[in-house]
Amino acid sequence: MKEFTYVITDKEGIHARPAGVLVKKANGFKSKLTMSLGEKTGDLKRIFSVMALGAKEGDPVVVRAEGEDEEQAAAALEACLKETL
Amino acid sequence: MRELRGAGVFGGVVIGPVYFYAPGRCTVSEEKTEDPAGEVTRFEIARGRAQAQLKALYEQALAQAGEESAAIFDIHQLMLDDQDYIDSVHGLITRGRDNAARAVQKTGARFARTFAEMDDEYMKARSADVLDVSQRVIDILCGAEGETPGLSVPSIIVAEDLTPSQSMQFERDKVLAFATAKGSSCSHTAILARTKGVPAVVGLGRALTPDLHGKTAVLDGENGTLTVDPDEKTLAAAQKRLQKQQKDHAALQALKGTPDRTKDGRTVKLYANVGNLEELQDALEQDAAGVGLFRTEFLYLQAADYPTEEEQLAIYRRAAEMCGDRKIIFRTLDIGADKTAPYFDLPAEENPAMGLRAIRLCLSRPGLFQTQLRALLRASAYGNVSVMFPMISSAREVEKALEQLETAKESLRKEGLAFDEKLETGIMVETPAAALIAEELAGLVDFFSVGTNDLAQYACALDRQNQTIQQFSDPHHPAVLRLIDMAARAAHAKGKWIGICGELGADTELTETFLKMGIDELSVSAPKVLPLRGKIQSLDLSR
Repeated sequence: MKEFTYVITDKEGIHARPAGVLVKKANGFKSKLTMSLGEKTGDLKRIFSVMALGAKEGDPVVVRAEGEDEEQAAAALEACLKETL
Repeated sequence: MRELRGAGVFGGVVIGPVYFYAPGRCTVSEEKTEDPAGEVTRFEIARGRAQAQLKALYEQALAQAGEESAAIFDIHQLMLDDQDYIDSVHGLITRGRDNAARAVQKTGARFARTFAEMDDEYMKARSADVLDVSQRVIDILCGAEGETPGLSVPSIIVAEDLTPSQSMQFERDKVLAFATAKGSSCSHTAILARTKGVPAVVGLGRALTPDLHGKTAVLDGENGTLTVDPDEKTLAAAQKRLQKQQKDHAALQALKGTPDRTKDGRTVKLYANVGNLEELQDALEQDAAGVGLFRTEFLYLQAADYPTEEEQLAIYRRAAEMCGDRKIIFRTLDIGADKTAPYFDLPAEENPAMGLRAIRLCLSRPGLFQTQLRALLRASAYGNVSVMFPMISSAREVEKALEQLETAKESLRKEGLAFDEKLETGIMVETPAAALIAEELAGLVDFFSVGTNDLAQYACALDRQNQTIQQFSDPHHPAVLRLIDMAARAAHAKGKWIGICGELGADTELTETFLKMGIDELSVSAPKVLPLRGKIQSLDLSR
């Protein structure tokens, strides 16, 4: 399993557009991908579950990837988070 | 025959069938199903159709209004692909024996509630998106699609009200006119009608009922009436007006490709004012010789956060490319406390018309300004681009703005990014101060563009938003005309050119006055281009 933490820097937090970007990216991988904030965990392949986390600026989110392409998935998501959020 | 009265927002008579547009007009039955497997299949088919509709809407919005407005249709597609959402619908059908439409309705409401309960205004507002996308599927299941199946022939679109995304669904050549129950002359429908040149009547009230669907009607956008099942006399009168209108229209169309020249040979540049790419398309179709004012505000007002340089560049570049060799003048951000997006975080002001707005805001926030200037400069590599600064009231402001432009150029040079080194710069003359010191200002820039709406408001101390004092307003006030004349003389003395991009520019009663002043360019909204060309061609300044 691969895991990393990212602190949201976007002022609006994970709103609909970046959530859409993340979900699209996540759906390109076979691994199970989740994002957690505090006690809440959401499936990164499902837009409602990502938006429902309600992550805001300054929130540390933990991304976990588990599966055959976990390395690539984690790297791609980290890059994607840095770029959009 | 039934005559309904409302407020006309854009002129012209049309005769045609009513298309009653009622998004989600079907009522979802609570009946349980005997055939859950069949209902699951129906849901999946409807979901696929909804996805296809959303994809088409996305493409359409992208082409007409850009990425910012299109993004919402992309999000809607992802919502319909969400496995939790799909599981919920399937579960309600197979375990709860709900019919497909009911299952979607319940699921939509459930997911919307999750958002509505979140501790964040933005997320709360997203519950509307869930309901919207669910309704789309329900409509398909009920056979009452929000699509436009009835629009095989050009129709009068009748609706309770129209949101931007709803109006976007109609193919433009299938819309004869708009008629809405709600709305005022400044509602979205009204603005849309005016910019597209579509006749419209708003505020028709409760008399607009679904039984009007398919009936023949006469809509009179000038007098604000919608006459359903017109009698012979009404129809004949309407047909007569329509014929005259079509004749006038044909006469205007015949002006396409003809020069903007008076009888005695004086040529004027006839440009258009546009507020987004769709309006730019309209302007080019109306044969405008260029764009005298490209308002950049929409990029900011539609966004949830500051648009990035790349996002802006994509729009500016497309606009420049659409214009080809024709000049396109971009006005830098003209935003203030009265017209703003939440992320700007501007404090409320006692007097926003005279407050921190336009160039003042940009000079106070160099980061914001640099992003836009870099995007505009980079776009200049793809067309005939000019840049102008709004709300100038002193030479110092112009110098500061030009310094900022120079900084942006310098950074692009260092990064090896291309731009037009000969890019023209101009300023808006819309404060009396700018007209009074026009001589000094003319030495700093290549051109002036007069914003007559603000110039009149500031010169006469007459708030243009305040309806109660409009009786004191004189659109042809000599003070305003003299200020324009001063600016024109100053510009020409320095060998610079001057245009008018305010509403007065389209006022054909003043065209002769303006041309005699030596105004070089008139920039007007797309539907006014050809009528103004007709006026210019009818003038003989030598007499």
